[in-house]
Amino acid sequence: MASKLNPFRIAHISRAIAPAKRSTPIRAFSTTQWRRSDNLNVHRDSADNNPSIPFKFNAQNEQLIKEIVARYPSQYKKAAVMPLLDLGQRQHGFTSISVMNEVARILEMPPMRVYEVATFYTMYNRTPVGRYHVQCCTTTPCMLRDSDAVMKAISDHLDIQPGQTTKDGLFTFSEVECLGACVNAPMVQINDDYYEDLTYDTTISLLKALQHAAEATGAGGGAAGMAGEAGKGAITGEDRNVKSGSEINEQGRSYTAQGVKVPTPGPLSGRNTCENSKGLTNLTGEPWGNEKLRTDGAL
Amino acid sequence: MIVRHAPTPQALSAVSHRALPAARAAARFSATVPTLQQKRTFAEVQEGTPKRTYGGLKDQDRIFQNLYGHHGADLKSAMKYGDWHKTKEIILKGHDWIISEIKASGLRGRGGAGFPSGLKWSFMNFKDWDKDTKPRYLVVNADEGEPGTCKDREIMRKDPHKLVEGCLVAGRAMNCTAAYIYIRGEFYHEATVLQRAIQEAYQAGFLGKNACGSGYDFDVFIHRGMGAYVCGEETSLIESLEGKPGKPRLKPPFPAAVGLFGCPSTVANVETISVAPTICRRGANWFSSFGRERNQGTKLFCISGHVNNPCTVEEEMSIPLKELIDKHCGGVRGGWDNLKAVIPGGSSTPILPARLCGDQLMDFDALKDSQSGLGTAAVIVMDKSTDVVRCIARLAKFYHHESCGQCTPCREGSKWTDQIMQRFLKGQAREREIDMLQEITKQVEGHSICALGEAFAWPLQGLIRHFRPELEERCRDYAAQHGGPALAGGWDHDAVKKGQLVAPGQ
Repeated sequence: MASKLNPFRIAHISRAIAPAKRSTPIRAFSTTQWRRSDNLNVHRDSADNNPSIPFKFNAQNEQLIKEIVARYPSQYKKAAVMPLLDLGQRQHGFTSISVMNEVARILEMPPMRVYEVATFYTMYNRTPVGRYHVQCCTTTPCMLRDSDAVMKAISDHLDIQPGQTTKDGLFTFSEVECLGACVNAPMVQINDDYYEDLTYDTTISLLKALQHAAEATGAGGGAAGMAGEAGKGAITGEDRNVKSGSEINEQGRSYTAQGVKVPTPGPLSGRNTCENSKGLTNLTGEPWGNEKLRTDGAL
Repeated sequence: MIVRHAPTPQALSAVSHRALPAARAAARFSATVPTLQQKRTFAEVQEGTPKRTYGGLKDQDRIFQNLYGHHGADLKSAMKYGDWHKTKEIILKGHDWIISEIKASGLRGRGGAGFPSGLKWSFMNFKDWDKDTKPRYLVVNADEGEPGTCKDREIMRKDPHKLVEGCLVAGRAMNCTAAYIYIRGEFYHEATVLQRAIQEAYQAGFLGKNACGSGYDFDVFIHRGMGAYVCGEETSLIESLEGKPGKPRLKPPFPAAVGLFGCPSTVANVETISVAPTICRRGANWFSSFGRERNQGTKLFCISGHVNNPCTVEEEMSIPLKELIDKHCGGVRGGWDNLKAVIPGGSSTPILPARLCGDQLMDFDALKDSQSGLGTAAVIVMDKSTDVVRCIARLAKFYHHESCGQCTPCREGSKWTDQIMQRFLKGQAREREIDMLQEITKQVEGHSICALGEAFAWPLQGLIRHFRPELEERCRDYAAQHGGPALAGGWDHDAVKKGQLVAPGQ
């Protein structure tokens, strides 16, 4: 480095900086702006996310953790890291460094192993998100059914761009990759719920309904998950907001969460699930039962 | 009678007539009447077997009867349409019987690769497997993330008992001690419904110690993923289940030898597992009576994109693509002639232009012959209004986002191809860069640990194979609008004049 500071070099640099008329192009040291990745795999302490903020799982989650850890072989306790981080995220609102450290403590694994997992998977939000995390799918099948209109509706109505949170902390808007509901495209996922078969107008009315619901409860932004039972269902099966089987077809077009009506997840176009919206093309008769079984006597 | 075409029997007979001038005139006069007689061959029987058509599956042969949610997903309604019927007898038949049934049924893995399931399951029962005291695992891959695919989701939230029972039957065939179902994290509702079904099965004594009263112990657990497409690859899924970042492992050792928690394990798709009990109950012959040779069975097709009524439907394998779209989805938007292209099996299979779609059969071998693949049977239809370059560029972005970053060819290649496709979207490229793109995809293919390398290379190769003129046209349009063709790398044609540093040799 020192050799580069000799007078000859300095003269050379000054000549390069001077606005001389040259035929050969000059490349400056740095011409582009610094642009950080939206999902930088680095933790930087901030007021709301630093290791000195205490975090403890609540009593309900302690119970769930016991249930989760019992599912894996005792010598592979660390297999439970993903469900535990998910529980922590639901309780805290996002996966902060203290959540990760607490999970590492419970599972007796090095914190770095937890950080590795938390940075690899996209569903761990390592920065605070709004009360409603609106994730709009824009991958090809949704794109073909005009997810651009849905994206536009969200940014028009909430006045934010993908990756931003509204000022009141109510909505965070993300553009995500395929969410696996392509037959019901275009769709958005809001927290745990899929809203499908959207158009520009239905997207806006959906967002309005959610805003209204939040106002009615007086809930501010950044609070933990909307449905009080969220997170429990996937572990114990107890979540009264989750519909299954024929209940999917009996959607009352709204469900109650913390005393407020929220639009029911599912297609907003009036069709029930993944069937042909102009009438069934199959499965119209009575279901077959045991009379169709094999007759060769093997069973 | 001048014959220009290939010598048909009629033409040959005409030649023979020419040798006999007298008969020739007679033949010319009677040409209109006895044509039918002339076609007849000596043996006077119809030659060959009649051509079999596929498709038109009847409701009585559909396995997923609750696909549209007409019935409950609870145990009682599931038992009403056949689930958990004679499961004990199936389990008591033993692993050899179940595997031979699956082999005879011709079931091929429904997750995309189409590997024969019976064969795969038999790898678990290697020599001296019973002397090994380690636990053995069945891992069900419900990490459905392939763009276009949404079949496993419908199984899990409407027919969960088929999957739970399938775990038991397939688990018995492989002598597993437990099954883990790896569901993608976004499917919270599906995971909850499935968890309910598992608990019902435990309460009814169908799972757990002495499952179904057969003396066989079996457990089923759910593990939720957290949004990584690459975890749909089997070794990556195992890594993820072990609580690590989902980065694929090198094979060998294959999971059947060293898999989940270091124990023998097999990863199988939800649909493969869910159809197994019904195959055992209704017989391998019944299942293999559908579809062409080596592609037997029924299959869930998800048709999305530019069709009038997108839907998920269970149909016979080898159904013609046109019939599938016309019969179940109300046709292509604007009619069949408005079709531009079809991605026949989820995003990682190469695109097919409309001219190949007319008589395309939907099965593994027929689509392979068309240089594409059945994949997960997720048909993405595009009509003439589609910007096909943008569609594939979006897929390139998808793979760039989802590459796990472990192998260099895939990590860097997916980024390069994404950047190149973003430029092609605007036409800001040179025609020779199309060949460069092709070369990159060829360099990645087969040089990565998992199949994600191929998965992002194939759609791009398909685009170049069938839509190269469209790419070239874009470059020419850009040149016309900007006063000259862009230099390689996307620089303006007058970049040198502006004093910008561009790559030499342009």
